[in-house]
Amino acid sequence: MQSSWSDIRHDFPILSRTVRDGRPLVYLDNAATTQKPNQVVDTITDYYRSHNANAHRAVYALAEESTKMYESARDKVAGFINARDRSEIIFVRGTTEAINMVAYAWGRANVGKGDVVVTTEYEHHSNIVPWQLLTQEKGASLRYILMDDEGCLMLDTLDDILDEGRTKLVAFSMMSNVLGTITDVEQITSRCRRAGVPTLVDGAQAVPHMRVDVESLGCDFFAFSGHKMMGPTGVGVLWARKSMLEKMRPFHGGGDMIREVHKYESTWNDLPYKFEAGTPNIADVVGLGAAVDYLERIGMGNVRRHERELTAYALAKMADVPGLTVYGPRDPDRRGGVISFNFADVHPHDVAQIMDEDGVAIRSGHHCAQVLMERLDVAATSRASFYVYNTKGEVDVLVGALRKVAEVFKLG
Amino acid sequence: MDSRDIYHEMIVDYSRNPANFGRLENPDVTHHDANPLCGDSIDMDLKIDDSVISDVKFHGRGCAICMACSSVLTEITKGKTLDDARSISKNDVLEELGLERLQAIRIKCALLSLKTLKMALYKYITEHMTEDADSLKDEAAGLY
Repeated sequence: MQSSWSDIRHDFPILSRTVRDGRPLVYLDNAATTQKPNQVVDTITDYYRSHNANAHRAVYALAEESTKMYESARDKVAGFINARDRSEIIFVRGTTEAINMVAYAWGRANVGKGDVVVTTEYEHHSNIVPWQLLTQEKGASLRYILMDDEGCLMLDTLDDILDEGRTKLVAFSMMSNVLGTITDVEQITSRCRRAGVPTLVDGAQAVPHMRVDVESLGCDFFAFSGHKMMGPTGVGVLWARKSMLEKMRPFHGGGDMIREVHKYESTWNDLPYKFEAGTPNIADVVGLGAAVDYLERIGMGNVRRHERELTAYALAKMADVPGLTVYGPRDPDRRGGVISFNFADVHPHDVAQIMDEDGVAIRSGHHCAQVLMERLDVAATSRASFYVYNTKGEVDVLVGALRKVAEVFKLG
Repeated sequence: MDSRDIYHEMIVDYSRNPANFGRLENPDVTHHDANPLCGDSIDMDLKIDDSVISDVKFHGRGCAICMACSSVLTEITKGKTLDDARSISKNDVLEELGLERLQAIRIKCALLSLKTLKMALYKYITEHMTEDADSLKDEAAGLY
């Protein structure tokens, strides 16, 4: 790993810039997207400057290089999440597309009238709406694993649903993008396996922040995005067990995904190409490979340790601010570096606006989790989320900015 | 704009004690709108007698800017004829609170209530009158 955590910041020039009349940027919106190190930006630039050609098609030297770079990123990603087979890695635009692909290509063939798809109360809209579309189309129903008041899933509510015997899929997030709650994935997948029910894990918030091993998690589908793990936007991954992928029909039809096309019928290319129609996002996939290299150099155990420490520090500091409500588990071992809060009667937008003046970038709103907002009975929350490059000093700026909010809104 | 300029006393006060907040019994028209990205969400009820807006109330959830602007807008609207209410502009609302230079991302908080009012008027005029109200719909869609 790097010699120290503060050295990491040198790889991210954006973190040294100032905003709003010279305030140093304190970037705490990493659950939305992370910053990109020079290594990723340079890899993408180098790809376009020196290697650009369409992959998988031509015989000339450049095409060979671009194909090699693209496919080597697949190997890196496969190793990163411990996929058994590189052909189980399908490059997509992001988590949203990955989940929609499963809903469409797997769901439409396997979910029928009267069947049940299960999700949870703390999902991002991208793990709710595709299932609403699917179950509405098929006359199936969508059910929820309920959450307790601390923001942890109550698995007995899953048991009850599984006992009814109509469940075709259980789809859940490995880490809540609002509460930071880390889901006990294996508890869910083992229950589902006993019931013969496949599982989909939304790993968008987990893969960037902790070691993920899809084999030991025991799920059937796993989705994540590149841009939340130092990679570029517009690229993500669907991992699925080969046995599932082999049974699935294609999602998009077009170039690259076919073996032979005749006037009225076609046959499909091998995995994973069967699911990668059209010219892929080669440059960004290559950039994602560089992000994986970068994270591997730090070590995911170190990433998790650093963020756990920052989260514990922030939770302790925030507990001292009167009028502040913090959502999610109190134990930093059960949550990632995402802290949602509300401050007295001040609306999260107003909190975020006042913080912005101190250079603090936090998110306010429903975070694409309106079902969760309803469960918490709030219209919105403010959210600070950390990554490896954040420091305790930045947490102090965050807490200091809360004092300014209190002053502007005349909180006792 | 500096937050101390935005969050002056009037706005902070309105955020805690919004004017004309609540529901009307038997409104002649009611309309709901929301900003999908930020979650600001309001309903506006109008009572209309002889083409005059005799009463107006709003309810919902939103930030201080949304609450203050909704308060001011309902105060401006009350007692106006439909014709006069149609011509309320965004500056009428923003100037009242000194928010003319509000940054683009927050303008939608400030103007959600005006958009809701325009659509409520569109609904009422289309249902009850012969005149053409399409310009109101276009105006609402293009406010921010």
